[in-house]
Amino acid sequence: MQVITHRKHAVNITQAEGIASAIGGGLLAAAGLQKRSAAGLALAMIGGDLLRRGITGHSFAYEMIGIRTAPLGQGAETTSVPYELGIRVDRSITIAKPRSEVYRFWRNLSNLPRFMNNVVSVTQNGNQSHWVVEAPRGRTVEWDAVIHNEIENELIAWRSLAGGQVANAGSVIFTDAPGGRGCQVRVELQYNPPAGTLGAVVALLFGKEPGQQIQEDLHRLKKLLETGEVITVEGQSSGRVQCLPYDREVQVASEASFPASDAPAYNP
Amino acid sequence: MKAVCWHGTHDVRVENVPEPKILNHQDAVVKVTLTAICGSDLHLYDGCIPTMEKGDILGHEFMGEVVEVGRDVRNLKKGDRVVVPFTICCGRCFYCQKGMWSLCDNTNPNAALCEKVYGSTSAGLFGYSHLYGGFAGGQAQYARVPFADVGPIKVPEGLRDDQVLFLSDIFPTGYMAAENCNIQPGDTIAVFGCGPVGQFAIRSAYMLGAERVIALDHIGARLELARKGGADVVDFSGVDVVDKLKELTGGRGPDACIDAVGMEAHGMTIDALYDRARQAVRLETDRPHVLRQAIQACRKGGTVSIPGVYGGFIDKFPIGAAFAKGLTLKMGQTHVPKYLQPLMERIQRGDIDPSFLITHRLTIDDAASGYRTFRYDQEECIKVVMQPS
Repeated sequence: MQVITHRKHAVNITQAEGIASAIGGGLLAAAGLQKRSAAGLALAMIGGDLLRRGITGHSFAYEMIGIRTAPLGQGAETTSVPYELGIRVDRSITIAKPRSEVYRFWRNLSNLPRFMNNVVSVTQNGNQSHWVVEAPRGRTVEWDAVIHNEIENELIAWRSLAGGQVANAGSVIFTDAPGGRGCQVRVELQYNPPAGTLGAVVALLFGKEPGQQIQEDLHRLKKLLETGEVITVEGQSSGRVQCLPYDREVQVASEASFPASDAPAYNP
Repeated sequence: MKAVCWHGTHDVRVENVPEPKILNHQDAVVKVTLTAICGSDLHLYDGCIPTMEKGDILGHEFMGEVVEVGRDVRNLKKGDRVVVPFTICCGRCFYCQKGMWSLCDNTNPNAALCEKVYGSTSAGLFGYSHLYGGFAGGQAQYARVPFADVGPIKVPEGLRDDQVLFLSDIFPTGYMAAENCNIQPGDTIAVFGCGPVGQFAIRSAYMLGAERVIALDHIGARLELARKGGADVVDFSGVDVVDKLKELTGGRGPDACIDAVGMEAHGMTIDALYDRARQAVRLETDRPHVLRQAIQACRKGGTVSIPGVYGGFIDKFPIGAAFAKGLTLKMGQTHVPKYLQPLMERIQRGDIDPSFLITHRLTIDDAASGYRTFRYDQEECIKVVMQPS
């Protein structure tokens, strides 16, 4: 397995922007230093960072909010999520079923909404597919994707096509679990939400963290394949006036009822 | 229908709620004929288990008559009389296949939350917090039973409800606690806590060939019942438990110790007061007083078996003693389905009549007082069963 230990900060601003940044930063730093005061020092530091930004061509602020103004460069036409942009999710699960069966189920993309809770529909058309996915606050986002690499019973790799609302790419890798324990499914996914990483932070506030979402999806896949159904408690009776959807209940629970009591009364 | 609902610490209410429906194709709905309050329900009553919600239906010891089955149910039909295990099991995952039923991968709808808290998910449980799936419990007139083909066992003709009800939890739990002790001929087993699980552990230890069982508690009636089960009894009030157990076993210590108390131990020593203070200010969630004594008393190379429920973190765990003596610790929720058939046969043969335990028979309308009595009147009350009519 390849492990990336040093993140290389790529150029993510245009050359013109870099020159302007360097000149402006240099002037600001010089002006700040002449003042010989705390405020001047602060100005000098800001100027210094603008100068650094101009010289290296890398803006940390852009990186954080997922913006890139520099041209994407060589290979851009087959890259859905540009380098250093987007969010990476790696999750895996073991399913006590033969690898070929798990692969076949996944490869029929119309099965995906059965266990991916926020996927509304996937329409397959040869190697291409059209995705409709729930977004926070009741909206949906859509994109087209293509399977660009595929090894039967081992790998499905896809990337989204230009023009979609969420750029994403990833692979699902199917391997045998040791000792006849079934199939290990590993999902590696990189995606670039509509407003870059900042959008993902907003999504976190309104919905689930993406890693958590994928994890729950994989749990549902396992339940579906091993037992033939996804067990639920939605719609059961309780002494609550109105039953909330299950997901909400749990969020409420974490506020209201984590170790809830005083220590029990002593009973000699 | 009537159901016993949790509304907060020391607040359970009998309420009118909608009757359960089939939610998955492998579900059944059972008309409950008898249900019980479990010692572990008192942990909920005392507010010691996280992720309970106001309005949750309680109860995980119940039996009844099948009144409805889902499309994919094969083994059960309307009219079958069944005992329902408190663990919900899929029967197909790695863990169910290996007999570790309570560790089932597939029956907790809230698996991701459980994974965050405990590192892995466990089986869903009836009426036992949202961490364990948030399933409505069986202290009600009707209950929905998922994977109805896997868990429930049909009751043979000729056995009364009160003879078989405890197969749902405490009898298998006491039995597994004894089985975990790996009892060899000549072994002495110490059972800490003579509540319902302790009582079954005492009797199970003898069934599995123990030479002698020493039972510890501080409540006269419970010690008396333990004595009837064949145990030598020790009232731990004012006694150094570890010294006493050594003295009674020729200085060796018991070959195995069973902690049938769990997270809310009522000790009378310095460390117990320390735990109480730490728990009161949330520095510790569970009080491991009994566990410390069991580890300290157990003979070298012996086993400490823990059927008592723990839920969070403990302090001053004597890992040094456990290590120095090479102890084995065995614990966990009971793998109920594994024990249903063999224990049903023991009841049929007359080896044991589990109804010996029952001290209170109520209707479900009196559930609130039933909880109160079980919690505060331990001299009087050992086991409460309720009819939901």
